[in-house]
Amino acid sequence: MMNDTLIEVHGLTKVYGKGTIAVEALRGIDAAVQKGEFVAIMGPSGSGKSTLMNILGCLDRPTDGSYILDGEDVSRLSKNELARVRNRKIGFIFQSYNLLPRLDAIKNVMLPLLYNGENGKSEAEHRQQATAALELVGLGERMHHKPNELSGGQQQRVAIARALINDPAIILADEPTGNLDTRSAEDIMQILHQLHTNGATIVMVTHELDIAEHAERVIYLRDGEIISDKEHASRIAHLHNGDKR
Amino acid sequence: MSFWKTLKVAWEGLMMNKVRSFLTTLGVIIGVAAVIMMLAISAGAEADIADQINALGANLIMVMSSMQRMGPGMGGSSASLTYSDLPVIRDNIKGINGVSAEQNTSQDVKGGGTTLSDIAIVGTTSGFVDVHGYEVAQGRFVTDQDNDRANKVAVLGYDVAQELFGDTNPVGQSVTLGTVKCTIVGVMEEKGVVGTTDYDNRIYVPITLVFKKFVNSRFGGTNLRVVYVSAESKEVMDDVMSQLNTLLMQILDTDASAPGFTMTTQDSIIDMRASTTETFRNLLSWVAAVSLVVGGIGIMNIMLVSVTERTREIGLRQALGARPRDVQLQFLMEAVVLSLLGGLVGIIAGVGGSWLFNEFGSMRTVLVTTSIPLSFGAAAAVGIFFGYYPATQAAKLDPIVALRHE
Repeated sequence: MMNDTLIEVHGLTKVYGKGTIAVEALRGIDAAVQKGEFVAIMGPSGSGKSTLMNILGCLDRPTDGSYILDGEDVSRLSKNELARVRNRKIGFIFQSYNLLPRLDAIKNVMLPLLYNGENGKSEAEHRQQATAALELVGLGERMHHKPNELSGGQQQRVAIARALINDPAIILADEPTGNLDTRSAEDIMQILHQLHTNGATIVMVTHELDIAEHAERVIYLRDGEIISDKEHASRIAHLHNGDKR
Repeated sequence: MSFWKTLKVAWEGLMMNKVRSFLTTLGVIIGVAAVIMMLAISAGAEADIADQINALGANLIMVMSSMQRMGPGMGGSSASLTYSDLPVIRDNIKGINGVSAEQNTSQDVKGGGTTLSDIAIVGTTSGFVDVHGYEVAQGRFVTDQDNDRANKVAVLGYDVAQELFGDTNPVGQSVTLGTVKCTIVGVMEEKGVVGTTDYDNRIYVPITLVFKKFVNSRFGGTNLRVVYVSAESKEVMDDVMSQLNTLLMQILDTDASAPGFTMTTQDSIIDMRASTTETFRNLLSWVAAVSLVVGGIGIMNIMLVSVTERTREIGLRQALGARPRDVQLQFLMEAVVLSLLGGLVGIIAGVGGSWLFNEFGSMRTVLVTTSIPLSFGAAAAVGIFFGYYPATQAAKLDPIVALRHE
């Protein structure tokens, strides 16, 4: 069964600052995510969910503890190696889409391929890949639109296509619907749901319970520690509502 | 990331702000154009000097009277060389090609039914052709006999002969210089303009004729201001000069404390002019270098602004897998592309500017071909040098912080 474990973290801690001003953002996180799982991370602000997300996304290194991603210990990798891991194994979806305004949709989607030198594919193959990804998120018709010619929901769909382009082991979504109206948010969640059904592993940070309900499992953080795991969103409403107050 | 992809990304980055990119390159454009034009101008000045040296003739020594003769009564017998001293010099100094003296005037010239105004009349001696390495095409040159008797004979420059007589042979015909009617005894070969002297547009006559008919004797009489001595070779120059020194002091009856003349070689003139040009060129090079550096600072400034403006983009690229090196290369490439574009446009502007100066300006310019790769290389170096710091700053950004940047 080890083969099916995609993410495994043990005793993960993150301390910002030193000495008396040191802040412990994470205090020993132990968790695992299996291949094909759809996990939501919730928690009040300051609970450490962003820090956890940054470490899971290989944007940051833990102070202590281990992080094994897809069979590779990535907790002690150099900056260059982390960049490679982000490029090959992780697809990011951000709250604010983070598309480059001067590039059209297809060029935005192709951006990660720029840093994937060894894939040996031609420019034409890259375009084909990007076209397929955009078609998958229902934007086949708008490949040559620039971000400012697209709605928020459409922009986020371009971002999802970009996250899929390198065929990542895991998709990390940080408040993917945070900037969207309910209808667009529902569209995005439908797409994530579809990806999940097709076998994608998704880890999503959200502070909205109804968004978290799309996930099979919610990890709830408070003060840098996991206080609830492996529960469906509907059963942690009491935690969520308690923290909101 | 491959070179071409990096170049493409850099180009896209620059095209985001076309006007700003152009204004930034302007500094480099001006710098490179300045380098090329400055070098072309100083090369032009050097070429002018070289021409003037040729015009003087090879291995020339100029003996100048250092005593100013203000008029009769002020040392009428004072030390000054006269025409009659020339044969003495010629016969007593070893290792020389010739000796000559010149006294110029300017007169209206009539001949063959045509009048030319203000033609240079060069009064000279038989040695002139040896000193200047100049040949007679038809007839003969002014002889010692002509000078002894102040004969009314004239040798026409090539253009003067053409204008007055066309294709007919002028030798034997007459020409009137001012009011003096002379017989044409020869026509010079075509020599053209050398330095500032148009050899073909002059008439050569015996120097004694000029003294007698054209020059007011109160301002010089028969005294020679300059005597030209042409040495056989560079090697004998020093020897010739020391012989001259001794001989002239004998002739003038002076001593070393006040010899009454000074000797100048073309070398000393070359040295003097060359050092002037060199100073000039050094100054211009500094101006050009400074403007290149200013251009580079402009690039650095804009790149720093660009890195700040595009912090989020940098964060995103890092999240998508750009290594610090990729980010650094991208921004370095932008700076280099800016400076190389500036270099390219600067070369066009510099070459064009040099040409315009030469054609329509008062300055002669000679394009120095090595200045093109030189300035292009300098532009590239400026791009790398001034792009390195901003690019390194970009590469150092923390992706988390950069992504959160507003």
